[in-house]
Amino acid sequence: MAAVQETVDQVRRIESDQYKYGFVTDIESEKAPKGLSEEIVRFISAKKDEPDWMLNWRLEAYKRWLTMTPPGWARVAHPEIDFQDLHYYAAPKKKPALASLDEVDPEILKTYEKLGIPLREQEILAGVARPEGERRIAVDAVFDSVSVATTFRKELEAAGVIFMPISEAIRAYPDLIRAYLGSVVPISDNYYATLNSAVFSDGSFVFVPEGVRCPMELSTYFRINERNTGQFERTLIIAEKGAYVSYLEGCTAPQRDENQLHAAVVELVALDDAEIKYSTVQNWYPGNADGVGGIYNFVTKRGDCRGRNAKISWTQVETGSAITWKYPSCILRGENSSGEFYSIAISNGHQQVDSGTKMIHLGKNTSSRIISKGIAAGVSQNTYRGLVSAHRKAVGARNFTACDSLLIGDRCGAHTVPYIEAKTPSAVFEHEATTSKISEDVLFYCVQRGLSQEEAVGLVVNGFVKEVLQHLPMEFAVEAQKLISISLEGSVG
Amino acid sequence: MTALLEIRNLRAEIGGREILDGLDLTVAAGEVHAIMGPNGAGKSTLSYVLAGKPGYTITGGEIWFKGEDLTAMAADERAAKGLFLAFQYPLEIPGVATLTFLRAALNAQRRQRGEPELSSPDLLKRVREIAKTLNIDAEMLRRPLNVGFSGGEKKRNETLQMALLEPALCVLDETDSGLDIDALKVVANGVNQLRAPDRGMIVITHYQRLLDHIVPDVVHVLASGRIVETGGKDLALQLEARGYAQYQSEAA
Repeated sequence: MAAVQETVDQVRRIESDQYKYGFVTDIESEKAPKGLSEEIVRFISAKKDEPDWMLNWRLEAYKRWLTMTPPGWARVAHPEIDFQDLHYYAAPKKKPALASLDEVDPEILKTYEKLGIPLREQEILAGVARPEGERRIAVDAVFDSVSVATTFRKELEAAGVIFMPISEAIRAYPDLIRAYLGSVVPISDNYYATLNSAVFSDGSFVFVPEGVRCPMELSTYFRINERNTGQFERTLIIAEKGAYVSYLEGCTAPQRDENQLHAAVVELVALDDAEIKYSTVQNWYPGNADGVGGIYNFVTKRGDCRGRNAKISWTQVETGSAITWKYPSCILRGENSSGEFYSIAISNGHQQVDSGTKMIHLGKNTSSRIISKGIAAGVSQNTYRGLVSAHRKAVGARNFTACDSLLIGDRCGAHTVPYIEAKTPSAVFEHEATTSKISEDVLFYCVQRGLSQEEAVGLVVNGFVKEVLQHLPMEFAVEAQKLISISLEGSVG
Repeated sequence: MTALLEIRNLRAEIGGREILDGLDLTVAAGEVHAIMGPNGAGKSTLSYVLAGKPGYTITGGEIWFKGEDLTAMAADERAAKGLFLAFQYPLEIPGVATLTFLRAALNAQRRQRGEPELSSPDLLKRVREIAKTLNIDAEMLRRPLNVGFSGGEKKRNETLQMALLEPALCVLDETDSGLDIDALKVVANGVNQLRAPDRGMIVITHYQRLLDHIVPDVVHVLASGRIVETGGKDLALQLEARGYAQYQSEAA
């Protein structure tokens, strides 16, 4: 009992002081007045200099949103959100359209530097402090509501890859946007996705043309800075026939006493033989030790395997947010297409996680794989919620699901809620689930070999999640491993 | 010259039940002591109390290790100071390669002692040398620690850890349990190679057969929480012949 007790105490002490991204950048910003109305939607659209069709799309979403109510089925509890008490647009003052990185406010560059996100291409190119052989990564940085910098654009363009803020893509590639935006997550999809459709301000757009293998990792870094601001980013990734792209997103926010809303929508489209690998390292501010503050993370992520042999793979490491409500999903439409979901969800303190995936098998011989690792500590609640379904035409659909939960201490909870529906008798669905407590004896064994209590917990947890970590791009696997240890230990990295 | 380990009048309990009841034991560097006794005599409790396992409370007496008060040290500190417990039932850690565990353990101890960490190539070289003597192949080092290991593999792995960490005092808790005779020989051979003038060992066992292979300098009988008889290696043979019944009736 005692060793686990120590760990529990340890974990309890660290919450607020361990979040090292909790600083605020002092920068003048331009905000829309609080509240949501048709006027605000028009304001955002005008700020972005959008064409009429885009404004109309937003307004349609807004009208629909007014008729909807927030979903209540998730295993999370929070006071009702006052949607009129938020700013729906905040942007660093100065111009949103930047010709080069030199025009980015130095304060913002400093912020990203502090976060360890390299934005200066020269430095990256010069290979400063980067081990040999490491791949280069193109970064799109979104600060509150606008994208402030996208690196490596020229090199990507030469390969035919479009990687730019979605606000720019709406103007530059209206045909692509009109063809694909909302085609995976329709504006009517759910309360938060509809809200996003009305007010989204920025995000990333990626287009990889037929036969192109994207020459580097693409990455977007989301940062919420402003007080009382919601972040509603929208990401759209299209991989044409035979294309391949690996994309990573990272997120942090300052430490604030009030809850901040993050309601993003991510849409992925993979055509014949295309592959999209989407990885997330989510480290939003989780709130303090008493559960005050933190991000409400209500996100809709969905990939559409639209073509034959298409493949979409989601990998997520979720360590932050006060509340996580997130189900990265795959629609397996194309014959032989496959979907994967690898997840590590860590909850500590008062965090509440309700996360999982949906694998919707529509095409013949489609396959999916779900590996979910939940770790609950403190007084947190950690729920895996997943749907695996096979349409009657999805002959030969296969799924394998393994959900493992690890409990640290005796005041937290882990829950597994699988929904499985097969409308074809030929579907083969396997589901395995385990829940275990971190073993006192295993910890003592490690400590007897000289490891501290914290090191022992870190070692055991990293072993527990290893299967998932392996699916992250190498550069981020190391980062994620550190983050996992920090989330559960007292040692501030 | 102080003894490596000196236990005086030790009393310890778990969950309010007293298990050790005035135990005295002195182990000098270079000596191998066997502790034998019936089930429930407190043999494993002694090993856990020495290692600092949570849940065991010392209610009286003293333990001195290398001239320092062992009871004042946290469990990981004891390990770094050179106290090693070879577990009767080594624990499994899924997802953590044996080599990863060895590196984590050795470097954690070195950090605590203020020594530089061993580089990966140096560590690998050292581990390979030891592994060879214990018939441990590279594949076993890659497997997750103790997961799916046979009884023999687990005990060889314990011996590997002991050899790598170079402790001052080795406590072997029922090392022979779950071993066939061939595996027993390999493990005993590994242990014997660790006998050294600056190292002490406590070998806890039920049976004489382990002591045929690891020959002790001193044999103690532990019954009802205290040492009731001490002798040379012949004592083990006598015990094998007459059993523990006399000590149990004595204590009762």
